[in-house]
Formats: sequence, C-alpha cells, structure tokens
Amino acid sequence: MSEGYLLEVDRLITSFETERGLLRAVDQVSFKVPYGKTVGIVGESGCGKSVTAMSIMRLLPQPAGKILGGEIHFKGEDLLHSSDKRMQQVRGGEIGVIFQEPMSALNPVHRIGRQVAEVFRIHKKMGKKEAWDAATEMLDMLRIPAPAKRMMDYPHHLSGGMRQRVVIALALACRPDLIIADEPTTALDVTVQAQILDLLGNLQSEMGMSLVLITHDLGVIAETCDEVVVMYAGRVVESAPVDELFENPLHAYTKALLRSIPTLDTVPKSVLPTIPGTVAGLGDHSHGCRFCQRMGRDGPVTRERPKFKEVEPGHWLEICKECSNL
Amino acid sequence: MFEPVSDTPMLTAENLRVHFPVKSGVFLRQTGAVKAVDGISLELGVGETLGLVGESGCGKSTLGKALVRLLEPTSGRIIFEGRDISHISQRVLRPMRRDFQMIFQDPGESLDGRMSVRSLIEEPFRIHGMGNRAERKKWVDDLLTTVGLSQAAAERYSFEFSGGQRQRIGIARALALKPKWLVCDEPVSALDVSVQSQILNLLVDLQKEFDLSYLFIAHDLSVVKHVSDRVAVMYLGKIVELAHSETIYRNPKHAYTKALLSAVPVADPKAKREKVLLEGDVPSPIDPPEGSAFGHRIDHPRYDETIGMDLSLREIEPGHWVAADPCCLEPEDWKKLA
Ligand SMILES: Nc1ncnc2c1ncn2[C@@H]1O[C@H](COP(=O)(O)OP(=O)(O)O)[C@@H](O)[C@H]1O
Ligand SMILES: Nc1ncnc2c1ncn2[C@@H]1O[C@H](COP(=O)(O)OP(=O)(O)O)[C@@H](O)[C@H]1O
Ligand SMILES: [Mg+2]
Ligand SMILES: [Mg+2]
Repeated sequence: MSEGYLLEVDRLITSFETERGLLRAVDQVSFKVPYGKTVGIVGESGCGKSVTAMSIMRLLPQPAGKILGGEIHFKGEDLLHSSDKRMQQVRGGEIGVIFQEPMSALNPVHRIGRQVAEVFRIHKKMGKKEAWDAATEMLDMLRIPAPAKRMMDYPHHLSGGMRQRVVIALALACRPDLIIADEPTTALDVTVQAQILDLLGNLQSEMGMSLVLITHDLGVIAETCDEVVVMYAGRVVESAPVDELFENPLHAYTKALLRSIPTLDTVPKSVLPTIPGTVAGLGDHSHGCRFCQRMGRDGPVTRERPKFKEVEPGHWLEICKECSNL
Repeated sequence: MFEPVSDTPMLTAENLRVHFPVKSGVFLRQTGAVKAVDGISLELGVGETLGLVGESGCGKSTLGKALVRLLEPTSGRIIFEGRDISHISQRVLRPMRRDFQMIFQDPGESLDGRMSVRSLIEEPFRIHGMGNRAERKKWVDDLLTTVGLSQAAAERYSFEFSGGQRQRIGIARALALKPKWLVCDEPVSALDVSVQSQILNLLVDLQKEFDLSYLFIAHDLSVVKHVSDRVAVMYLGKIVELAHSETIYRNPKHAYTKALLSAVPVADPKAKREKVLLEGDVPSPIDPPEGSAFGHRIDHPRYDETIGMDLSLREIEPGHWVAADPCCLEPEDWKKLA
C-alpha cells in the first residue's frame, strides 16, 4: 500500500460456485486509481469487468460469488476485511456506483425526489425539508431541466438519458471520493452519451473525485480516461496511461482490439482485422496465457501463468513470449 | 464524387409516410399520430449499400420494415424493379418476398429456440415449397459454409451459440432465397468489437459475391461509414442529409449531421476535439414541431420562419442532398439553396 492512490486492487480473485464447478471470473486482477483521475477498464463481454466492480463494492451475488484472494485498499483501508456496517457507509457515501441500466438503480414506484432525498437523509442525516432541497439542487447540477418539477416524476416518466442523470445524481449526492461507472452510456444514443460523459467529467474535476469507468468502447476510453486497464478472460493483460496504451500497445490482445474497430478513417469496405475464435471460457483452471489459448497456441511456454510486470514506469504487462512484444 | 451505382435504381421510395395512430381515453379514440416516417424519398442501386443513421426513435427501423413491406405505408410509393409494391396484399407479395429480407439486431429473438439450426435455415425453402429433402440439405450445408459456420452446427440449437454465431445463423436464413436486397437493422450493435468486425467482413464479402444491396441501419457512425456507399441521416421521420459516405463525413452540411458526427467518440487520445453538444433529448415523433424539427430542438432564432416553408432535400452539390432549412445550414450554404 502506498501514498498517492485512492484505490488499490491487488491480485483480486473472485469466483462463482456454478453447476460446472468453481468459475474464476476475476483471476488476480491488479490496478491502482490515483486521486482525481479516471481509470478505464476495457475488454470484451464476459471478461470480468463488472465482477471486478462488484467485488470492490462487496456486492457479489450471494451465496454464489466469493472473493478468494487478493486485497482491496480504499483510502488505505482494507475493504475486504471491513465490517458489513462499514461497507454500507462506504457504498453510496464514499463510493458511488452507476450501472448501465438506470432502472436497476431506481425504484419504479417512488418519485424521483424521494429517492434522491433519501440518500441525503441516510448518509448525511438531513431532515426532510433540507434533504428535499439538497436533492433539487443536485438535479439542477446535473442539468436536468425544471428540477423541482422532475422531483415529482416517477422514473418511467423520464427518457433514458434523463434517468441516467438521476442515477448519477444518486451516486454523486454524498460527494463520494470515488465513482464506479459500469457501462454508464452503453444503452444511450451517441448524442446523449456525449452529454453524460461531458457532465461526468466536469463534475469529477469540480469535486476532485476519482472515476473508474468500465466500457467496451475504446473511443470512450480515449476521450475520457487518464489510464487504461485492458482485461481479457478474467485477467489484466496490460495497463498504461492512455496515450501510451494507444501509441505503444505491447500485448497482442490490446493490439488486436485496437485494430479491429472501424474508424472514420478506415478504407470503406476494406477487410477489417479480426481476432479468431471467441473469448476463452472461464471454466478451465489452466494457468497458461489466456490469449494464446484463444489463438490456438498450446506450447510448453504458453502453458505457464504469465507474470504481470511493470515494463516501463506506469506500463504494466502480462509477459508471455508469444503475446507480448518487448 | 458519387457515381450512381446504376441508372435505374432497384428500389425507389417516393414521399413515404408511416404514421401510427395514438389512441387514448376510455374509448381509445385516435387522438394523434406517431409520424415515424414522414415523407421520405430515396433510391437504392444494385450492389449498393445505403447507410441510415440517426438517434433512437427517429424512424429507422420503421422505414426499413416499410421498404420490405413488413409494414404497410400510410402513403407514398415503394417501387421495386419497376413495380409498385406499396399497397399490394401479403398474398401477392409472398412470392416477391424472396427478393428482400431483413436481419435484426438481436438474432436470438428472431430465431425460434425449439428449432435446430438446420430447420431454421431450411424454413424459407419449405415456406416457398422449394426443393426436395436432399436438395434442401445441400442448400443448408452450402449456406452454413457461406456464412462461416461448420456443418456440425446444423444439428444444434440457436441458443447454444454466441451472439456472433447467432447473427451468422440469422444471415444464413436471410440469404437462403437469394434475395436481391437486405435491410440490416443494427446487425452488429449487440456484438463485441472482435466479433463485429467478423460480421462486417462477412456482409461486405457477401455483397461482392452476390451483388446484394443493403439498407444498413446502425447508430455507430464509424461502422456505417465502413460499409456504406452513401449515407442518409435521419431526424424525426425525415432524411435531412444524403450524400456519398466520404462526403457526409468530410463535408457535412446539416447542423444535425455535424452534431451527430462530433458526438462519436474517437479511439485516439491525441484527437481531443471540441464537441458540439446537443442539449436536451431526442424529440418525440408524436405531434412533431410544425417547422424545422432540429431548429426547434436547438431553439434557433429563425425557427418561426420555417413554419410552412418547404424544407425538403435539395442538391447542394452533385450527389449531395440536404434539407433546405435556414436553421440548420451555414449562411452561404443556405444562400446557394434559397
Ligand atoms: N452470478 C453469476 N454466477 C455465475 N457466473 C457469473 C455471475 N456473474 C458473472 N458471472 C461470470 O463471470 C464472468 C465475468 O462476468 P462480468 O464481470 O459480468 O463480465 P463483463 O462485465 O466484463 O462483461 C462471466 O463469464 C460471467 O458468466
Ligand atoms: N408499431 C408501432 N406502434 C406505435 N408506434 C410505433 C410503432 N413502431 C414504432 N413506433 C414509434 O415510431 C417511432 C420510430 O420508431 P423506430 O422506427 O423503431 O425508430 P428507430 O429504429 O430509429 O429507433 C418511435 O417513436 C416508436 O416509438
Ligand atoms: Mg459488465
Ligand atoms: Mg430501430
């Protein structure tokens, strides 16, 4: 544990008890979130992004999900050994969460106002009137038009973009130190996504928060993050400052991911590079390099668990003879 | 410069409208209309891909469904290979159905989970009474190869497959009857990037091999640009700009096109650009504004002038069409059209 980092995740292992046995969804994931910065976690679906987020919040589905190893330090505090009572304070008070589907965070039968005000009443011990006013102010800060009126609405009265703003209001209400946003704009139009990301960025720098932004969109990463963590099949294969990662990717998976997206500059109807196969299943407990397995490589070298090392200041990499370019 | 793909378009839509009645009150009387498609004209050439972009709810899927006559248009005409198909009955339409198909965003939803992949792909042949058993088996095997699935896949069920593979099954089914053109409605939106590129490559290959035409709907503008010859930008039931895809991206004329393009996140951290942020929400197509719909959204000072004005598409440069709307054009462009 060191100074200068708000959150440190170190060799986190999270498993699910399934019919097919123990499934290791997160397999020794490590990354650090500096104060006031945005760290993006990117990777294809099923690679363990959401499970990582849920592990940090200790919100894993019970009883199937278990944290089997590693450490999570938040402001120096060991979250994996904090009491349930302490975790309740942390959630919503010190760490705010935003999920992809705003309806999962909102109660459909209660008015918006009541839901936002409740956060102030619980975490800030405010009285009814004071909490209501604070909630109205919060909606205004999120540039929700006519906030006093919206307070009286039910969630289904609002558009997807407006709902997501309300969820952000809930997450930011207590001015947390950290926001974890799991695909917050994936379900929205690009125009609304741009508004929400802009808003989130502004509020973050105003409040001096750190942000963990989970997304599968490399464009979103490039435009909003300071640092990037690339996950593949439950592991971090590479992490680096954003400019460094896009300019000098070192892992074959990162490179493949960057190449496979069409951009506004690719030659129309040209053949796009693809990644053969599909994302490896998590069931098997093999220790080898996951990306080698996807590429059908199965030599003795590729069967060893690759080491995760800092190869340049701030640039971390899974070292595999086949996949990493050093 | 845009070269028309052929002189006689395969498909033409003229002033197409699809309105859905809005009913309310105890007696469910019609109290208004959702003007999902509100006066659209376009052409599709042989072997051409026309991209269609716009925010959700602007009417893209409705337009696609009307063009393949899964919906009957409220007014206007659809002419396919010289024949007006706008209002012909489903019975008359049936033999023509082979020529146009639609593929959807979530292939899983359109595939019956109780049927094996073989029977799913075979179904169109059975419906149209084509071939005997042996022939149909061979056709299915060929189709599986065409879309890059193994023969073994045929005996399994669609729910056993990943999203990308289900999309391949959907495409195989759509291709079964050798259609001339396809509506691809967000075919890769639900897929991971690595799988998305596989499916895009497949669609481009199939187009070259079979001279297919596509109406390609997507909200990812980079994807649309990659596959399209021309791109139409839709806003609230209307096309506001239509041009060769390079032109749309390099030299957009309409304010909405510009806003849409600037909202696309670019996967290059060095390219930090000023964004044109649109305020407010995607508007509702129920009782749309009388004048310029986009002018209304951005609260343009000239909005009032546009009430009653003809805002239809004009050719501002050869092959580049844009709505003649003073709220949405640079003054010099507006002068060219006015
Ligand atoms: N409740 C659960 N029970 C069993 N497996 C789960 C559960 N939740 C997630 N998983 C598995 O954990 C892996 C990682 O999932 P997730 O973190 O949701 O991926 P991502 O967010 O990157 O798309 C997946 O293989 C998924 O199937
Ligand atoms: N069957 C229907 N009945 C009533 N309204 C509909 C129907 N289908 C679509 N709409 C409405 O028409 C508008 C356009 O929808 P759609 O074509 O699905 O848009 P897009 O595909 O661009 O997201 C939306 O407001 C939608 O709610
Ligand atoms: Mg997830
Ligand atoms: Mg649609």
